[in-house]
Amino acid sequence: MTVAEVRSPWDRIRAHWSARSWLRMFHVVTGVPLGLVAGALILGITTLSVIFVWTVAVPVAGALLLFWVVPLLTRLQRLRFEAFLDVRIPPVPRRALKGNVAMRLLRRTRSASLWRQAAYHLVSPLISVIGCAGVIVTWSGALVTGALAAQFWVLGGGWRGLPFALLCAALLVAGPWLAQGVSSLDVIAGEALLGPSISDQLAERVESLRESRAEVIDAADAERRRIERDLHDGTQQRLVSLAMKLGMARATFSDLPLPAKEMISQAHEEAKQALKELRDLVRGLHPAVLTDEGLDAALSGLAARAALPVRLRVDVPRRVASTIEAVAFFVVSEALANVAKHARATAAEVVVVREGDLLRVVVHDDGRGGADPGGGTGLRGLAQRVGSVDGTLKLDSPPGGPTTISVEMPCV
Amino acid sequence: MRVVLAEDSVLLREGLVWMLGSAGMEVVAAVGDAEELLRACDEHAPDLVVTDVRMPPGHSDEGLRAALALRRRWAGLPIVVLSQYVEERYATQLLSTETRGIGYLLKDRVADVAEFLDALRRVAAGGTALDPEVVAQLLVRRHSDPLDRLTPREHEVLALIAEGRSNTGIADALVVSEGAVGKHINNIFAKLELSGADKDHRRVLAVLRFLKI
Repeated sequence: MTVAEVRSPWDRIRAHWSARSWLRMFHVVTGVPLGLVAGALILGITTLSVIFVWTVAVPVAGALLLFWVVPLLTRLQRLRFEAFLDVRIPPVPRRALKGNVAMRLLRRTRSASLWRQAAYHLVSPLISVIGCAGVIVTWSGALVTGALAAQFWVLGGGWRGLPFALLCAALLVAGPWLAQGVSSLDVIAGEALLGPSISDQLAERVESLRESRAEVIDAADAERRRIERDLHDGTQQRLVSLAMKLGMARATFSDLPLPAKEMISQAHEEAKQALKELRDLVRGLHPAVLTDEGLDAALSGLAARAALPVRLRVDVPRRVASTIEAVAFFVVSEALANVAKHARATAAEVVVVREGDLLRVVVHDDGRGGADPGGGTGLRGLAQRVGSVDGTLKLDSPPGGPTTISVEMPCV
Repeated sequence: MRVVLAEDSVLLREGLVWMLGSAGMEVVAAVGDAEELLRACDEHAPDLVVTDVRMPPGHSDEGLRAALALRRRWAGLPIVVLSQYVEERYATQLLSTETRGIGYLLKDRVADVAEFLDALRRVAAGGTALDPEVVAQLLVRRHSDPLDRLTPREHEVLALIAEGRSNTGIADALVVSEGAVGKHINNIFAKLELSGADKDHRRVLAVLRFLKI
């Protein structure tokens, strides 16, 4: 609640009688019927459920009714807070409940926020009734004392009316204060019990962070695909064309002087090498076959191009999300590159299996082991990329080998 | 030899037209997408089709699908599919109907002019031309029993057969005598239980077995 800027005593008096303070009083007054109805409903339903607990049907119906009534009452209270006090109590995030009716009922029963709301509806009538009574007493006292003072004044009671006049003034000043005190108390109770709890807020934060992270990952993936496509449509075609023309020149101009022929031959070989390097780079970004045909096809290409014999087993009956496919491809690609660079292995084995909602990727080699996650071998990058999709990476690489990298990723 | 060419990159298309032209082939139509390719084949009934895999509108495997449709329409129409990346999955799709007159090569191979033209002529004559890269990919599969019985050398020979090479070509590649190649091939046929049928047909069957089709 913001307090308007107070500059002079006059401002103070004005603020004391401003529309805001009247609204506060209305807040206190309207709290009474609403609070009483809410408290009566909740207590009534609970009492009936307890009395007829042996029928089973009554308490279940009671619980259902309660689960419907409490949020409704909370909504009404929220409206009251916003209308009179301009206090916005954030709604409690409703999590989508899975499972059958009984499970849902159980989960709702265990939902702490529901019971906190119910507690507010039981507390609020007390606050409102006591507060409202106080406010009414103050105002009526002010009226009575004011009337008495006026009576003394008119009937020529002289100074005997003065205490009444002073009391009236005091009560008139106290009224708004009392209303403010009661409404503040109500706001404290409301914000504590009707709004989301700390754990609710944290859960919501986690959810929104998870979503935004997934969006970032998808965006990066889409970007990689776009780069792949741009290189394919532009640079690669140009290079192929260049290499082809150099090849034609090499085949056609047989009567050139030797140095010139040498030059053309070298240029041709370099163009072909550049093509190969670019192809490998682009394929590492996001192979088109991965988009079209899935992991199995893409990994067979990867295994075939590896520098050592690789055995491959892919058992993924249903395709997983494209982001997960990309990460799995990246894991195998990096792991095989690592094996070729550091492991001195004679053979490697890649197994990719989908087990329900898990995708398991295992890369095994018979090399010398001793791989260190912090050793700058790209393992840290692998772990990060796997972690970015909530996956886990385990490395088992004793000195002397063998080395096994196993990755598990959720693929819903 | 009358050729229909489909390639969406204008630069490369022009280059290929020029190259095939200078090799004495006649490019009767050079088009930029799969729809036009099908129309051009209807119109010209070419002796050979050369097509890229990735073409508009979807830039995925339109060229490959067009090639399969063409083979269904005209069985045995020689087709060479060029691809930025050769993938064994696409190869098996192409070869699943019939292996004669099919080529599947990396696009980069156009730089090796003589070998590329040789592959085109081989396919036009009803042979096969598979890129060594595809063949390598087929070897990483966990092979089932009959193929497991092959020795590494026999595997190499079978891979070269799959590429579409003749016995002479295989002998050159492995630096052995043609007689030795013949022996290997006979062993392969025996191990794959391919006996009796005519020689060419057996070669094709061996390749099919190899491709797991």
